[in-house]
Amino acid sequence: MQEQDLAPPVAQPTLSPAARRRQWKERAIAGLITVVAFTGIAALVLILVFVAKEALTLVTDAAAREEASFSKMFLPQVVRKGKPLAYVWQPVSSVPKVSMIPLFVGTLKTTLVSMVVAVPLGIFGALFAAEFAPRRLREVLKPTIELLAGIPSVVLGFFALMVMATFLQDVFGFTSRLNAVVAGLGLALAIVPVIFTVTEDALTAVPRSYREASLALGATPWETAWKVVLPAAAPGILAACVLGFGRAIGETMIVLMASGNAAIVSWNLGDSVRSLSATIAAEMGEVVVGSPHYALLFFIGVELFLFTFVLNMLAGMWTRKVIQRLKGGAG
Amino acid sequence: MKHTTRKVVGLSLVSLTGLAAFVIVAMLGLILLDIVRGGWSHVSWRFLTEAPTDGMMGGGIFPALFGTAALTLLMTLAVMPVGVLTAVYLHEYAPPSSFLARAVRVAVANLAGVPSIVFGLFGLGFFILFVGKGLDHALGYQELHWAQPGILWASLTLAVLTLPVVIVSTEEALRAVPQEQRTASLALGATQSQTLARVVLPGALPGILTGAVLAISRGAGEVAPILFTGAAYFLPDLPTSLNSQFMHLGYHTYVLATQSPDVEATRPLLYATVLVLLLLTFALNLVAVLIRTRTRRKAAAGH
Repeated sequence: MQEQDLAPPVAQPTLSPAARRRQWKERAIAGLITVVAFTGIAALVLILVFVAKEALTLVTDAAAREEASFSKMFLPQVVRKGKPLAYVWQPVSSVPKVSMIPLFVGTLKTTLVSMVVAVPLGIFGALFAAEFAPRRLREVLKPTIELLAGIPSVVLGFFALMVMATFLQDVFGFTSRLNAVVAGLGLALAIVPVIFTVTEDALTAVPRSYREASLALGATPWETAWKVVLPAAAPGILAACVLGFGRAIGETMIVLMASGNAAIVSWNLGDSVRSLSATIAAEMGEVVVGSPHYALLFFIGVELFLFTFVLNMLAGMWTRKVIQRLKGGAG
Repeated sequence: MKHTTRKVVGLSLVSLTGLAAFVIVAMLGLILLDIVRGGWSHVSWRFLTEAPTDGMMGGGIFPALFGTAALTLLMTLAVMPVGVLTAVYLHEYAPPSSFLARAVRVAVANLAGVPSIVFGLFGLGFFILFVGKGLDHALGYQELHWAQPGILWASLTLAVLTLPVVIVSTEEALRAVPQEQRTASLALGATQSQTLARVVLPGALPGILTGAVLAISRGAGEVAPILFTGAAYFLPDLPTSLNSQFMHLGYHTYVLATQSPDVEATRPLLYATVLVLLLLTFALNLVAVLIRTRTRRKAAAGH
């Protein structure tokens, strides 16, 4: 300390005016770029704020509170006198009934069907691509699945509506042509690429040394893949499934076109369903701006935003976990 | 486990996973086959250049094609500067492991997962009812001028939706520019912004273009976000100003498929429209893949 105090002060380099101007310019550019970079955060916040803002009428407006209170949304209601209480979504009848339960049930049914199909397909497909496929085949497989990911959802919805619906009705004899199974299978087409890609990334992130150690101990390639690589990538695979789940909940056009759009509470997969997202898409066009129904649709938007936000945060956490685990293990 | 059981289990695991991969590819093949078979004979020059007729039971899809192109062009103009600069911040300017950069990354990852229909609500609530109304008020319009669905609002909504695509691929492109090039430029006395403008960005250009193409192909196919922000059911006239409504290939597909009074009669038309939409997005994706492989090969050759 004392020696430092005794040392002669370091001469500050004096900058020429030109150099100083250049320095200011650099700072200005860096500042501008930093400000622009906040657009992403701003967008996310603005989305929540402005979707929630339109839904706020449900709380602030007395008439809207009367028509669409939270108890009416989530508890069973009197639908007809003398009949048991029920969950009904009929926001445009003379006495609006606004139960969210049929929409939750519908969303859940299509999502579950899609997950049951897409999770095994995506994970096994990725395991094949990452561990077993010869390099040639693998180099064909990945772009093919990227191509599948590039199909617009309205095209998948069209395919589900025109082709799959008829085929499935012929095979299973559904009473309604458009139902949870058709929509769910359509959704599966949309989320298989998500699950495949994220899983494949997680699997290829597993260090070579893991595989070599396993093989050196006498394990066969499939034992290595199944008992070493797969568990090592487990958090990443979980993240893949959660991301797929989030996509399936929020996907709109496929469900809108292929689900039949009937808000029915039942666990029969052959019944028509109405999902949260499709309800917004189908009803927003005819709704009176500022009415309770309008606010309700925005409220559904808030719900969807929050669901998918939570799922994405979880997926992000698990993806980081797999990277940390593998880095720690390999280092 | 005995040797033979080990072998059998292994073989069945390999074939099971192979089967899964095959099923995925087969589904893609099936979709393509069906759409190409259904639409091929109906796609013609006249189909591409004429407006729909007979209450959309006949004619072509020109207004929808034009609307989709104009929409994505505006979207690209809006999203590219913001997306590229954000990626530049993350990769070139932000201190490593800075809190702000992490926050931006998390936000962008979450933005990518927001359901497309919520973007539609956002476009309606923010661009039309907030910005549009504010503009009308400020500019003194008596009737609705900006506070109504239009191509500008739809394209800005799509720009927010495609922002993560551009950011992620631009960052990848920046990562591919060798560190030595930056160091060499700085060592020669260039400032950071000069290095960025004359060394880093030109080097990353193919990757940035890839991002643009991917964003376009994603944006061109999205229907849910434009449902309430500008797409029109039927509009024989082309959009003439930023606040006009427009027709769109994807929305046209949706309308034809679900609201046509006679599905059998519109089926060829419908298939042809879907085929055009699909070819468009595939062509764009293919361009992106080609640019990417070429740059990778170049990068590999350089080392």
